[in-house]
Amino acid sequence: MNENQVLAQFQATGVQTCFHDRHIEPQIFKDLNGSNWRLKDYVARGGYAALKKILGKDGAPVAEGAVAGLTQDHVIATVKESALRGRGGAGFPTGLKWSFMPRQFPGQKYLVCNSDEGEPGTCKDRDILEFNPHIVIEGMAIAAYAMGITVGYNYIHGEIFKTYDRFEEALEEARAAGLLGDKICGSNFSFQLHAFHGFGAYICGEETALLESLEGKKGQPRFKPPFPASFGMYGKPTTINNTETFAAVPWIINHGGAAYLAIGKPNNGGTKIYSVSGDVELPGNYEVPLGTPFRKLLELAGGVRKGRTLKAVIPGGSSSPVLPADIMMQCTMDYDSIAKAGSMLGSGAVIVMDDTRCMVESLKRLSYFYMHESCGQCTPCREGTGWLWRMVDRIHTGQGKPSDLDLLNSVADNIQGRTICALGDAAAMPVRAMIKHFRHEFEAMINAAQTKQAVQPAPHSAAHTVAA
Amino acid sequence: MVEIELDGKKVEALEGSMIIQAAEKVGTYIPHFCYHKKLSVAANCRMCLVDVEKMPKPMPACATPVSQGMIVRTKSDKAIKAQQSVMEFLLINHPLDCPICDQGGECQLQDLAVGYGGSSSRYEEEKRVVAVKDVGPLISMQEMTRCIHCTRCVRFGQEVSGIMELGMLHRGEHAEITTVVGDTVDSELSGNMIDICPVGALTSKPFRYSARTWELGRRKSVSPHDSTGANLIVQVKANQVMRVVPLENEEVNECWIADRDRFSYEALNGPERLTKPMLKQGGVWKEVDWQAALEYVANGLKQIKADHSAASIGVLASPHSTVEELYLAGALVRGLGSDNIDYRMRNAEFPGTEGVRYLGMPIAALSNLQRVLVVGSNLRKDHPLFAQRIRQAVRKGAALAAINSVVHDWAMPVAHSVTVPAVQWAQALADVAAAIAAEKGVSAPAAGNATDAAKAIAKSLLGGDRKAVLLGNAAAHHANASSLLALASWIGEQTGASVGYLTEAANTVGAQLAGAAPQQGGKNAAQMLAGGLRAAILLNTEPKFDSAARADIKADMVVTLSPFKANMDCSDVLLPIAPFTETAGTFINAEGRVQSFHGVVKPLGDTRPAWKVLRVLGNMLGVPGFEFESSQDVLAKVVKADAVFVPADKLNNATQAAVRLDVAAAEPASAAIYQLDSIVRRAPALQLTADAKAAAASSAPAAPAAAPVTQGVPA
Repeated sequence: MNENQVLAQFQATGVQTCFHDRHIEPQIFKDLNGSNWRLKDYVARGGYAALKKILGKDGAPVAEGAVAGLTQDHVIATVKESALRGRGGAGFPTGLKWSFMPRQFPGQKYLVCNSDEGEPGTCKDRDILEFNPHIVIEGMAIAAYAMGITVGYNYIHGEIFKTYDRFEEALEEARAAGLLGDKICGSNFSFQLHAFHGFGAYICGEETALLESLEGKKGQPRFKPPFPASFGMYGKPTTINNTETFAAVPWIINHGGAAYLAIGKPNNGGTKIYSVSGDVELPGNYEVPLGTPFRKLLELAGGVRKGRTLKAVIPGGSSSPVLPADIMMQCTMDYDSIAKAGSMLGSGAVIVMDDTRCMVESLKRLSYFYMHESCGQCTPCREGTGWLWRMVDRIHTGQGKPSDLDLLNSVADNIQGRTICALGDAAAMPVRAMIKHFRHEFEAMINAAQTKQAVQPAPHSAAHTVAA
Repeated sequence: MVEIELDGKKVEALEGSMIIQAAEKVGTYIPHFCYHKKLSVAANCRMCLVDVEKMPKPMPACATPVSQGMIVRTKSDKAIKAQQSVMEFLLINHPLDCPICDQGGECQLQDLAVGYGGSSSRYEEEKRVVAVKDVGPLISMQEMTRCIHCTRCVRFGQEVSGIMELGMLHRGEHAEITTVVGDTVDSELSGNMIDICPVGALTSKPFRYSARTWELGRRKSVSPHDSTGANLIVQVKANQVMRVVPLENEEVNECWIADRDRFSYEALNGPERLTKPMLKQGGVWKEVDWQAALEYVANGLKQIKADHSAASIGVLASPHSTVEELYLAGALVRGLGSDNIDYRMRNAEFPGTEGVRYLGMPIAALSNLQRVLVVGSNLRKDHPLFAQRIRQAVRKGAALAAINSVVHDWAMPVAHSVTVPAVQWAQALADVAAAIAAEKGVSAPAAGNATDAAKAIAKSLLGGDRKAVLLGNAAAHHANASSLLALASWIGEQTGASVGYLTEAANTVGAQLAGAAPQQGGKNAAQMLAGGLRAAILLNTEPKFDSAARADIKADMVVTLSPFKANMDCSDVLLPIAPFTETAGTFINAEGRVQSFHGVVKPLGDTRPAWKVLRVLGNMLGVPGFEFESSQDVLAKVVKADAVFVPADKLNNATQAAVRLDVAAAEPASAAIYQLDSIVRRAPALQLTADAKAAAASSAPAAPAAAPVTQGVPA
């Protein structure tokens, strides 16, 4: 199946990757049909009730200094109780992150939504912004209220133009309805939210690189500490969350933290959207409660394509370590279970690979991606990602040597944990996991090359020049 | 202060400081490339990774702040393994051809590779090649493949020179340091990027491939150009100056020097050097021996004194001459009975000797000013290193104000600016004074109009603690210089700001102390230049380029003492004297710091140190008191031999001058950056810079180009 055919299949199910009614207890994707994204539809689904709830009953004007519907501490406590964890990939507890914001800081503070969805395999934020944009706006307004922030930005991935336009339109609706801007719903809470069209680099999804990019500079990660909570946008305290994280917030406020937690499993509250791709019959976004067995998720996605056998799964986007089928089939889809199995839930991009997949070729593609997306700032990643790709490419083109596998592992080791941001780790982990679980495939290819070379004169070393 | 444990040693470190700084304090070296004490922390090279207890990953020592009780191991297995792996990554795409690299032998990467690199590479793939760049006459970027992307040069531009001329384009493996679309690097401090580049990516264009670092002798010296008195290390080989680099002196030039200080040495080896005394006979120049030349001069002076009077003899001297030379020139002419000596070649007004004018504050204090008013100066080009310090102050929040004829780009924000022709500078200052007077309820020193700009400057100067009013070269050379000083002094008194002159040359302060200006009613520079002399001695100066009138001097006998074939049209005698690299001497910089230096190479040809030439002339003319055995003997006549600073009581900027606002004044004479003195204007690479070209274009007819002034003159 070539690329065009894959695309055709996707188009057959539509870009409506989330209108298939095979979600389980959806919160974000509930009742969406692709055309009911406008403010009136959202309100009809009960939207902005959470915002009005915290601002005071039915959004009635709150007198200066008077206690609102919910206090800031109450909102943060609710989010903490819900065990909502960051949906961007790291899974950091959201309530805890919000509590790091120095609310009493006298200057400007910023709220940033990270919609720079660049992780290969992930397409959930795009659907949220396109088909339910107001849920993000409401979530951000609630977060801004809880942390005493008055200005927010939504950094939207640079390669999705329609989504950006859609979000701008939703912003206009919200502003016109008094749900954004000065004195929201007549309260004394003001919040200015702006959309920002990103620059299309994977690295801009890294929160500090995103901030640099948002400030108009080249997207390169900053060294942490200081963390954005103390030194963020323009050097001011800033909280950054993923789109899906913000989208989860209104439900939590409406139904309470405990109810949200009850949907998932302990320490893994709520639902999660999985972008299932690869060798499944029905690729798409699936919103299911955290803790749903992988087996169930695979079933929702129609099972492995053409009835083939499952070989491996990359459970959390391209940077998470690959897991072989037998391990994966034992897992439930939540942060802790996947971590225990030796990988990461990451952004929830589940890449399914059947028994026809060549793992060397798969790794080669992944390594090429990380080489291409390395920002070039720090040494191990700038130099190491290219080294990794060249070696895997050499193995794949029949130039491998028996010593290459140990060298690959060693180079990956030398990158991991020594870079400014996590891109170095993201490049190293797939290499280590692929070799750990599928060493035999690499060895077979290397041995074949060795045998071939023994009978034929070695071809001139392949020139993999990277065009300058 | 917090206490940390570093490799088992207890170390006290400033709170908020980084591990690498704490380590440096106790002499523990942590390998690094991108970290530089004068630049912001980038933490991108990863070479300084160390093992910090309770941290799962190795941490960069340059970016990890110390905390109480922190336990750091710089040489544990974890740390060493991290450092070795970073070194391996740095080397995989670096050409391992140190023997043909210009940086070889003085390369941080080469040095550290010995300690942390493998003896062979595990990398067998193709190496990266990076396109070369041409960024102008000073910096070579012919070997950008060697770049390790530490971004020191980028941060230097952003933070020190004030203009980001280099940046890192592209990403990942394609990342490369470059200028924007083929621009040149034009900063007047650009050469420092060569020093801070840890590898052979940025090298010195004039120097490269002319010597190996280990062949070079290293001698201390002092820059003869602007009044910073930048400390230098002059590197020599086979009795020739090969290269000049900074000698770190935190109180003077920090670890920087201006391009003028760094690249002017080229003139010292140039074709225009005068190597033998010369006499003009019948309009034709002839090389003669010293005996003949000196006898000609001595007889000529005696004759003119007898035929006319001692008062028809005079000396015009460059303030780039040493204290010793200036003292002896003064003593010589005074011994003959004349008071005609002046170093103020570009002045339009010649106030009496109220005091030795100077900066009025330590140079280092410029970096910490909170309010600065600069009057009549192209600060950045006239005093690149002072500008750098004030830029640091501005980065820390200082408010900078300027009164000038044109808006100069100082590569830093100027908060308040008054741009009026020079004739109105006194009025502009009077306006500021009026605004201050109104604010404080005192009477103003002159009729002024508190304009909005004046009020803004006044308000700025009335705030803050550390402040200064600085008078630039154009203010010093101004026809109403005394009023400008009087007004500045009044403003200083009222606001608590320190008042001072930036002072033009390496030895402007020294020249005043050495008595290189009339003291008993002698003729000043303008009077001498206007034709008031029968015999003129030109010490290290070229009136055609160095005077306000920019014209040759006319007299019956003109004697030029210069390292170069200078003043060929107007002179009768040329005496080859040693430039700063070939003689012992002393410069006294703007803050009054006495900096003596030795010659670093032997005088070229028959060149002799000027102090010796003047001493012999003194002896031949029977001037008493000319029995000096060394330059230090001469210096002792001016300041104590071991003085580090001129005694404070000898320096002062106080004035009793009346404030006059009605003085007619043309735009003051002021040298372009690479026309300041006879050495820089003959430095070929500097003359190819954008600054030099711009200056040549803007002063077309009188442009003292690099073209040899001796062309076509038979020797």
